[in-house]
Amino acid sequence: MKRTGPLAALFLREIRVARRIGGGGAMGVMFFLALVTIVPFAVGPDLNLLSRIGPAILWIAALLATLLGLDRLFQADHEDGSLDLLLSADTPLELVVLVKCLAHWTATGLPLVVAAPLFGFMLAQEPAAMAALAVSLLVGTPALAMIGAIGAALTVTLRRGGLLMAILILPLAIPILIFGVSAASAATSATTPFVTPFLILCALSLAALALAPFAAAAALRHMSE
Amino acid sequence: MATARFASFRLIAEDLSLERGGRKLLAHVDLALESGQALAITGANGAGKSTMLRALAGLLPPAQGRVRLVGAPDEDVASHAHYVGHLDASKPTLTARENLVFWQAMLSLREWRTALTPQDALARLGLPHVADLPVGYLSAGQKRRVGLARLLLAPRPLWLLDEPTTALDRAAQAIFAGCMRDHLAEGGIIVAATHAPLGIDAQHLELGAPQAALAAPQAALT
Repeated sequence: MKRTGPLAALFLREIRVARRIGGGGAMGVMFFLALVTIVPFAVGPDLNLLSRIGPAILWIAALLATLLGLDRLFQADHEDGSLDLLLSADTPLELVVLVKCLAHWTATGLPLVVAAPLFGFMLAQEPAAMAALAVSLLVGTPALAMIGAIGAALTVTLRRGGLLMAILILPLAIPILIFGVSAASAATSATTPFVTPFLILCALSLAALALAPFAAAAALRHMSE
Repeated sequence: MATARFASFRLIAEDLSLERGGRKLLAHVDLALESGQALAITGANGAGKSTMLRALAGLLPPAQGRVRLVGAPDEDVASHAHYVGHLDASKPTLTARENLVFWQAMLSLREWRTALTPQDALARLGLPHVADLPVGYLSAGQKRRVGLARLLLAPRPLWLLDEPTTALDRAAQAIFAGCMRDHLAEGGIIVAATHAPLGIDAQHLELGAPQAALAAPQAALT
């Protein structure tokens, strides 16, 4: 019998759990839709204004939708005892964290990237702006999930840790938000280029992928003692 | 099955002292278990049985002393031990088989590739019919047995069991005692914290009552 490797098995398990609890990605997309929908009610039906602030709104909505459910990333494993076994498994905890984040992003972040251009219609976005937005979200949301994992690891033993997690990681997400929004809005503005903020966003995302697993794994080891 | 495939392992704890939330639970305990030996840890509630097992599993750094598994790489205990705590480490939304396939991939060691399949492990524990049911639908005793099936899927020389027979009916306890005897016959080592008789020949360690329990409980439980 051919067996899958530990990391592939972990990825598969995370995707299955996400799909069976609360619809996984669909829930995040619905929350995203709800956030985008209420904005025109708040700022009024001024299409010029909406199209100008649209990328920012979509990015903030994506940020909040990414946070949704992230607090359970390690907490669920802590509560059912899986975390003890993952901590003492042969596979390095850093890789376990990375794979769990990738699975979480695949289940919840990727649907947001796909849905964002559609929701752009509601905020009077031009096609070029929507393409830029989707690309910037595709690059930026993995970084949000990775930074979120640090907060999730720090609050793993707290019963209502979701709010504290958001307070801890929102400041860390500011650079990603800044360069994500400037890349997304560059497509419609004549003054700013797209490539410069986009490359910085790529760099931030790669740095988060490389560093966050170590921070989150260290936090998990410390918190579970 | 090959006999004594776990020959030549020794679990050694030297001068082990443990603290939990600032209070001393265990002071200067020495342990030495050879291949094929079992140890039953008994003691009143709060005496430190679970804490001791977590320390042996490497999940809790001891205040003093060290734990070694002679025969394992770097004498590291965690990589060659199965830890079965109070929780079963199963996802309620996944089926018993999905849970066990995952743990088999996660916990298998390169040295001992031959092991029972999830289906065979469940059958060995008397649960051949639940493999495709979500674990959330199972009774407490059945969940426990799905958790214990991990021990049979991924061969490891040392079993650290915290109240392994909780919620098991008498028939299941007898089956599990048979699994433990097989493991000892193969040269494995078992350390179990228990209130009930395990049904195997085991040495005995009684942990004393917690003397400091009456001191101010200033440390919050996390």
